[in-house]
Amino acid sequence: MKGHSYKAGIFLKDESRADWHDKTLWMVRQKRDKAARSVADWEDLRERASSIKEQVLSNLDFYLSEFEQRAVENGVKVHRASNAQEFNEIVYKIITDNNAKLVVKSKSMLTEECGLNPYLEQRGLEVVDTDLGERIIQFRKEPPSHIVLPAIHLKKEEIGELFHEKLNTPKGMSDPVLLTSAARTHLREKFLSAGVAITGVNFAVAETGSVVVCTNEGNADMGVHAAPVQIHCMGIEKLVPQTRDLAVFTRLLARNATGQPITAYTSHYRKPRPGGQMHIVIVDNGRSDRLKSEVHRSSLKCIRCGACMNTCPVYRRSGGHSYGYLIPGPIGSILAPSYNIKKHTDLPFASSLCMSCSNVCPVKIEIHDQLYKWRQELSEKGAFSPVKGLVLKIAGFILSKSALYDFSGKVARVALKGLPRRMVYSKINVWGWERELPAVPQESFKKWYSKNSGKNNL
Amino acid sequence: MDILRIGLFIPCYIDQFYPQVGIATFELLQKLGIEVVYPEKQTCCGQPLANSGAEKEAIPVYQNFVRNFCEFDYIVTPSGSCAYHVKEHYNILEQTEQVKRVRANIYELCEFITDILKIDDLKIDFPYKVGIHQSCHGLRGLKLGSSSELITTRYSKVHRLLEKANGIEIITLDREDECCGFGGTFSIFEPHVSVKMGKARISDHERNGAEIITATDMSCLMHLEGIIKRQNKNIKVVHIAEILNNNRL
Repeated sequence: MKGHSYKAGIFLKDESRADWHDKTLWMVRQKRDKAARSVADWEDLRERASSIKEQVLSNLDFYLSEFEQRAVENGVKVHRASNAQEFNEIVYKIITDNNAKLVVKSKSMLTEECGLNPYLEQRGLEVVDTDLGERIIQFRKEPPSHIVLPAIHLKKEEIGELFHEKLNTPKGMSDPVLLTSAARTHLREKFLSAGVAITGVNFAVAETGSVVVCTNEGNADMGVHAAPVQIHCMGIEKLVPQTRDLAVFTRLLARNATGQPITAYTSHYRKPRPGGQMHIVIVDNGRSDRLKSEVHRSSLKCIRCGACMNTCPVYRRSGGHSYGYLIPGPIGSILAPSYNIKKHTDLPFASSLCMSCSNVCPVKIEIHDQLYKWRQELSEKGAFSPVKGLVLKIAGFILSKSALYDFSGKVARVALKGLPRRMVYSKINVWGWERELPAVPQESFKKWYSKNSGKNNL
Repeated sequence: MDILRIGLFIPCYIDQFYPQVGIATFELLQKLGIEVVYPEKQTCCGQPLANSGAEKEAIPVYQNFVRNFCEFDYIVTPSGSCAYHVKEHYNILEQTEQVKRVRANIYELCEFITDILKIDDLKIDFPYKVGIHQSCHGLRGLKLGSSSELITTRYSKVHRLLEKANGIEIITLDREDECCGFGGTFSIFEPHVSVKMGKARISDHERNGAEIITATDMSCLMHLEGIIKRQNKNIKVVHIAEILNNNRL
């Protein structure tokens, strides 16, 4: 498997497109800055959000049972799934129990994580993603490249072509308003004929047993209001203790994600409507293992705003698909290895550790520090190649002995000076692919100091 | 103030490739009336290993650092990144008095001048258009300035020192504190993205008329200089210590 570095290289081959991608996401970051600055106590709000999440994670069993109890009292059927397989089976059973053939789904990273769409499709069901961006990538049979802006890697002209093929829009039409309108017409039909509506969950309120879904397109509501059966899918970490806590999170979420004061729709679902069914599926899928890890538990605070992607200079210049995991960018790079440490060895290294991600995180996950800690963990668990391990061991030995360090430095400098350019800049000199090495000075600082310190001193 | 006795830490790549930065730091501190000692058994702070995942292998390197620097009033270094590494990541050593002392007393050059010496006019002459590249570990790690993501009061210790220079024009960048893409071994593991980030940083400076790019970290500048030279661009990199030493003290 080729890793992030290789795929980023391919992404960067089309430099003007890479520049466009970078600028588009930087614009989102700038909108976020502006929106955040409009809130006087922004940094306090982040602190508050982080501590609420901390409180939830420290008492998760309590809040989960409170939530479940309230939801059941409201007439909701609550299901628990310990892994992706169980989750998919539960959802499939609800759908088939109700003889539904068509399912409409609003955005949910959890269903992506569990592979729900392919599971249902393999069993003959039609699943339609109703978020515009999600529908676009579903047509293209691609994973999302961003968790909030799933089709951000595509230009409007490409979407015009896609819609021409799939929705029969006129060839060459790329006006976003017209394309959106075509998608509306197409989706309206799906909403009206669906037997089941599935949504993700942004927040689950323990004291009321209700779930909150934030969308800009109203597609969660369109689905839920039209279908007789609604299924809300949530990870165990989505809980907040009280309704009032939403005042903290809804103020942060949209501002940090897209720079909007609030999402166009913030929908609270509490109980089934008369004659309807409401199901909530609560999924673990590795979360309680992460909860046990002192180092990685704080990644469970994530509210999926995607701001760490927009600010990440590496993400902006390598694209979401280069990460090879459904959640890309800095947060994805600390989540992915906990699911599959061998497959995602490259991701904790797909960062310059600039710390911008930690600074924008609305719940103050120290993402950069976790990337650093994953690197240590990967090395301890023997995930590196033997060559890399040996090189690091030798380097450690040399750098701990000053005489050896002085000698090696000298050898390197003499070699760089004496060797012909084509040898210094051979293919294995990765630095030199697109960069010059520094000019080699006459002597090291240490040498200069030993010659000059005496006479220069005061 | 009593004469301070400081240990000068010169990062490995400065020692080997950019001795002039070490010399400028040394001379400047001497001019400021400080007793500067360069412990000759020093090597490296260990960051290149630790950032590659070999924190355990770096422990002997950390111990060598502590042995060399535990006796001084302060440790000063022309690198925000190394200072940050010592402060932040020497936590895996047993926290002896010596280790605690080293972690508490290490300062990047600019913050040492503004915070400990409490000087902000170094009587510098520097008649050039300068872009300040705010190296990430200095900015977001040591908090040498306010970073653009945080909604806090704006400040910058580096700007404070340069603003008073005679003839200087500090240019405004489109992206005030984006990473240059060096990132230590990141520059080798991810060469394409690293270089792309460097190019973006350089064009921001060019677009806004900088003649010189300066920074608190020579490592960022080494990366940018490598790209500048390969592309024959007409812009120079100069470490902040060299500018600050350009004075009439």
